[in-house]
Amino acid sequence: MTVPSDIHPLLAVENLSCAVPGPAGAMRILTDVSFTLPHATALGIVGESGAGKSMLVKTIMDIAPSRAAVTGAVRLDGTALQSLDTRTRRTTLGRRVGMVFQNPMTSLNPFVRVGRQVEEASRKHLGLDRRAAREKAIALLRAVGIPDAAECYHGFPHQFSGGMKQRIMIATALACDPELLIADEATTALDATVQKDILDLLQTLQQRRRMSMILVTHNLGVVAGRTDEVIVMYGGRLVEHAPTERLFASPRHRYTAALLSAMPRIDQPAHTRLATIPGQPPSLAHPEPGCPFAPRCPAAIDACRAAMPPMTVSADGRHRFACHVPLDAGISGDASVRQPEAANV
Amino acid sequence: MSSDAPSVTSAGDLGYLRDDAALKVRNLTVSFRRGQKIFNAVSDVSFDLARGETLGLVGESGSGKTTIGRAILQLVPAHGADLGGAITYEDDDLATLSRAQMRLMRRRMQMIFQDPVSSFNPRRKVVDIVGEGLEIQGMPRDERRRRVDQALADVGLSRAMVEGRRPYQFSGGQCQRLAIARALALGPDMIVCDEPVASLDVSVQAHVINLLQDIRAARNLALIFISHDLAVVRNVSDRVAVLYMGRMVEIGRADDIYRAPAHPYTRRLLDAIPVPDPARRIPAGEGGAEPHSQLAPPSGCRFRLRCPRADALCAEVEPQLRPMAQGQYAACHHPLPELGQGNSSRPAALSTPA
Ligand SMILES: Nc1ncnc2c1ncn2[C@@H]1O[C@H](COP(=O)(O)OP(=O)(O)OP(=O)(O)O)[C@@H](O)[C@H]1O
Ligand SMILES: Nc1ncnc2c1ncn2[C@@H]1O[C@H](COP(=O)(O)OP(=O)(O)OP(=O)(O)O)[C@@H](O)[C@H]1O
Ligand code: SF4
Ligand code: SF4
Ligand SMILES: [Mg+2]
Ligand SMILES: [Mg+2]
Repeated sequence: MTVPSDIHPLLAVENLSCAVPGPAGAMRILTDVSFTLPHATALGIVGESGAGKSMLVKTIMDIAPSRAAVTGAVRLDGTALQSLDTRTRRTTLGRRVGMVFQNPMTSLNPFVRVGRQVEEASRKHLGLDRRAAREKAIALLRAVGIPDAAECYHGFPHQFSGGMKQRIMIATALACDPELLIADEATTALDATVQKDILDLLQTLQQRRRMSMILVTHNLGVVAGRTDEVIVMYGGRLVEHAPTERLFASPRHRYTAALLSAMPRIDQPAHTRLATIPGQPPSLAHPEPGCPFAPRCPAAIDACRAAMPPMTVSADGRHRFACHVPLDAGISGDASVRQPEAANV
Repeated sequence: MSSDAPSVTSAGDLGYLRDDAALKVRNLTVSFRRGQKIFNAVSDVSFDLARGETLGLVGESGSGKTTIGRAILQLVPAHGADLGGAITYEDDDLATLSRAQMRLMRRRMQMIFQDPVSSFNPRRKVVDIVGEGLEIQGMPRDERRRRVDQALADVGLSRAMVEGRRPYQFSGGQCQRLAIARALALGPDMIVCDEPVASLDVSVQAHVINLLQDIRAARNLALIFISHDLAVVRNVSDRVAVLYMGRMVEIGRADDIYRAPAHPYTRRLLDAIPVPDPARRIPAGEGGAEPHSQLAPPSGCRFRLRCPRADALCAEVEPQLRPMAQGQYAACHHPLPELGQGNSSRPAALSTPA
């Protein structure tokens, strides 16, 4: 995706790869992932379990397992994070990027009052004194919809329901007024109405604060109405990246299409047979040559098994996909010109 | 189970209850003692289930779904809990059965538990876990082996694939299939499935749902399908029952309820479904309130503190289930009108994705 040369995108990920040693040789958890995220934009990352979604955001946040071999570059507002020394890098990320993890039960310390946990980062990174940090923490608890925030400041995590704990986690992630908020399956464990409340909250905050946001989820419905762009991961690779409407209306990659048709939909009658994706996710230890989806793909041709499909970019530069036999662009699609993408995004 | 005096709504008056159903749950009440306080997890719930039918049970966390499932199978711990009402299966009143009779009944009524992995003994081999129920039934070894093989085949696994392996060596989706196989091995004609696809990703979820549907059709199974995912419930259910704080607030044909929910809480649930329709940009709301304490439920309608239609009557009188114009039953003083009537906008849940 092209950006005007005078401004940098908030986040640029360039040829990011990550491998960890495994019993059967190195496991290639991420292979050559590249994308950019503009300011004030919401991005969804979807893909089946084990596709590498969490590892992608962990690698961006520099919290990949220490045994992992990471190559490629992550730029925040133009600055290559790898070029910074470890301390500056961690401080930069801690101050400018907030992260909400999947499980609030394990992410909050059960023995520390929640107010303290919310204000920790702002004291550390913004250098606020005790009083200012405390006022800020209470304001944040209020902003994420915790009633009686001043009293709750003194509460311990076990006194809050799952939905409220997740709100507290979000307050913690917002403590330093981040420019980017990353939520990894932040609502998966919650029931539907609480899930909606939390997603509404994230969306309101993103728009009000003009942050960018990355929503990692395996529920396509979650990203549908709430993100500007979506990335689809498969076997550690980025296989499709498009504006959200376009991805749902006319997916080009065969895996994206299979994923969309496996979803149960409320506009179908009872007992409608769901489409499934036969076969197993690809082996990361012994990747086959060619497209990782080829063994499960109904449209695979010999070329798919022989060579990894290159990234194709649509004429307007906004839709990218890596497939030898892409689906038609469809009515709302663009007359895409197949042109291999430039090596650097 | 003590038979409490039936409450205001006597089951016999309710048109949605059928005399010829296989499973009949009538005025079920389950309360737990918490210190000095009594906590009503399930209050006066009645429904039934016919052979070959699937009833979806929905409602937010803590609304009593699992408790109802456990009560049906007589699995609510006797200590600290009080049960009221009656549960009959093919005319046997389950509360009156002896232990031995109930054990025999479990061949016909099974439950797939929420979070199957934690219901597996991690040290047992999965082949033995699948055969667990048969062992309890005292089934001879040869017959057991035959049944386990059949159940594994039914869920798309084989003895060769699982022989000698233990639970941790299987993925979440495979464990879910093993839990289904364990229930199927007994050859039941009714199964309570408690969140059988929660936490599975879309492709594995589709596989497990199709599998349950195939087995249901092949064996004419009756299913109670508990889930917080309303799109999944829509796919599997003939009928749907909605619970709110232990009370049934709406019940009826899934088609009717999804087309035009009558209870404001059901409407709220349906509006919360993440629809794969990006054209319907979800407006960022402010986030709703936490549910009210169940230890001291509000007077009148339990939903009134979150309900946009609440008025003075709602605070005074607890609404009872009654028939709605659109076909289902709902417990609400001011139900939402049928489509095309009144001012209700088209339910968002119906917007058709492109
Ligand atoms: N600490 C680790 N060491 C080695 N391998 C790991 C580690 N964490 C994850 N993996 C492996 O990396 C791959 C990608 O995992 P990741 O957690 O990123 O998947 P995901 O897409 O987030 O899946 P899910 O939807 O289940 O969360 C998986 O095969 C996983 O087994
Ligand atoms: N053995 C028990 N002792 C005391 N309280 C209990 C017991 N079992 C359940 N409860 C309470 O009863 C209420 C209903 O619980 P239940 O597990 O039936 O909810 P649920 O609808 O299945 O929720 P979820 O969607 O979270 O599984 C909860 O408030 C729960 O804390
Ligand atoms: S490249 Fe070939 S195998 Fe891969 S998704 Fe496209 S058609 Fe299928
Ligand atoms: S009875 Fe009143 S408060 Fe309860 S759901 Fe109906 S309108 Fe709302
Ligand atoms: Mg993950
Ligand atoms: Mg439950």
